[in-house]
Amino acid sequence: MKKLTVKAAIILLMIASPAVTGQALLPRPDPPRLVNDFAGVLSASDLRALEDKLVIFNDTTSNQIAVVIVDDLQGYDRSDFAYRVARDWGVGQGDFNNGVLILVKTKTERSDGQIFIATGYGLEGAIPDIACAEIIDREILPRFRSGDYYGGLDAGTNVLMSLAAGEYNYDSYAEGGSSGAVPGIIFFIILIIFIIAISSGSSNNRQIRRSGTQNLPLWLLLGMLGGGRSHGGSWGGFTGGSGSGGFSGGGGGFGGFGGGSFGGGGAGGSW
Amino acid sequence: MEKKPLGRIGIIVIVLVVLLLIVSWGVGIYNRIIPMNEKVSTEWSNVETQYQRRADLIPNFVNTVKGAAEFEQETLTRVIEARARATQMTIDPSNITPEQLQQFQAAQSEVSSALQRLMVVVERYPDIKATQNFRDLQVELEGTENRIAVARNNFNDAAREYNTFIKQFPNNLIASLSKFDARPYFEAQEGTETAPTVQF
Repeated sequence: MKKLTVKAAIILLMIASPAVTGQALLPRPDPPRLVNDFAGVLSASDLRALEDKLVIFNDTTSNQIAVVIVDDLQGYDRSDFAYRVARDWGVGQGDFNNGVLILVKTKTERSDGQIFIATGYGLEGAIPDIACAEIIDREILPRFRSGDYYGGLDAGTNVLMSLAAGEYNYDSYAEGGSSGAVPGIIFFIILIIFIIAISSGSSNNRQIRRSGTQNLPLWLLLGMLGGGRSHGGSWGGFTGGSGSGGFSGGGGGFGGFGGGSFGGGGAGGSW
Repeated sequence: MEKKPLGRIGIIVIVLVVLLLIVSWGVGIYNRIIPMNEKVSTEWSNVETQYQRRADLIPNFVNTVKGAAEFEQETLTRVIEARARATQMTIDPSNITPEQLQQFQAAQSEVSSALQRLMVVVERYPDIKATQNFRDLQVELEGTENRIAVARNNFNDAAREYNTFIKQFPNNLIASLSKFDARPYFEAQEGTETAPTVQF
């Protein structure tokens, strides 16, 4: 009998322990919000502007960029903290895992400021780790150092949105952030390659299906083509949204997190 | 209750029905164990994939650092040797013993600490740190450490769920009948849980 109760206690502990550590972090915002300033460093209007921008981006592309500002990491690593919160909340759509969580730990007298951009599984390709590091270095930290939290987050999210929507890829951002004709040309080239691949591949379809390696390029092309296509639509939608309905966030707020998952993508920095 | 005495056939039918119920109940539990068990194996292979990714990055990383003259050879050798030891370890995901996992963890944490040492040493060489190539690799390495941490957490979660299930009564009867053993966990060790600190 005693043994049984001990066993039961152990089992209970095993069940309870992950739940306890999971809940010890940050409660999921209710009603759901994308920008969560637990440290109180953003002014009400800045918070509103950032929230509106990210909500529109979520509505048009379904990519969810969440911002969490805290003044204490509760003893966790910045990356660990970011992933735990991102997964608890389920940032991004469950089907696409297309969430990004920007974690900011404010600089205090005693401790350095910390930032970590965590990318969901689905966005690790569009926003590689090195892009997160560059965004932190170039856009965010210079502004954070002068105490401009909103400016840093605003500039950082702008680049993240462009990358997530496929407006331009990381290489063109690294070269100076110019966008424009390049993606269109790439899209066109891919289209031509794709058509050639289809016309030459249709005759030996069975062989392709059998061997995985031959299958890969076509898949890759399909994926790239899909990315190119969604870029056109989503970017158009985004500009339309910000132009006409940018400040009508009251009508349709953030609908909630979608249960996206994170696998360890992203990068961090401190100041 | 029925008054009519049960015939022989009636008793056989009842026994058969009870047997059928017991068997289908057991099969039901068995069928719930199988996917949990599979999930643990899948998460294990994710852990190995991420460690492999790190092992693949190390030669590039070492070469980048080596480029600088009179860099401490000892630190580099330590990383290379730890990597070689760690990549030699292979574990059958369907049959991980606690000892194997401990050995695996020890080998990998040696790589971690060797890398950590290397990072500290590199701090003294600003011209290495300044190169774009080094910076890219550094970010990638840090990202890999993050992915390893996430994969390990996922593995532990899956193993915990599975272990809890097969240890509960009456699931433990079915589990021991079909030889499902508890899976070991990764333990948080000094120096393995925290990725090498990378300063930007």
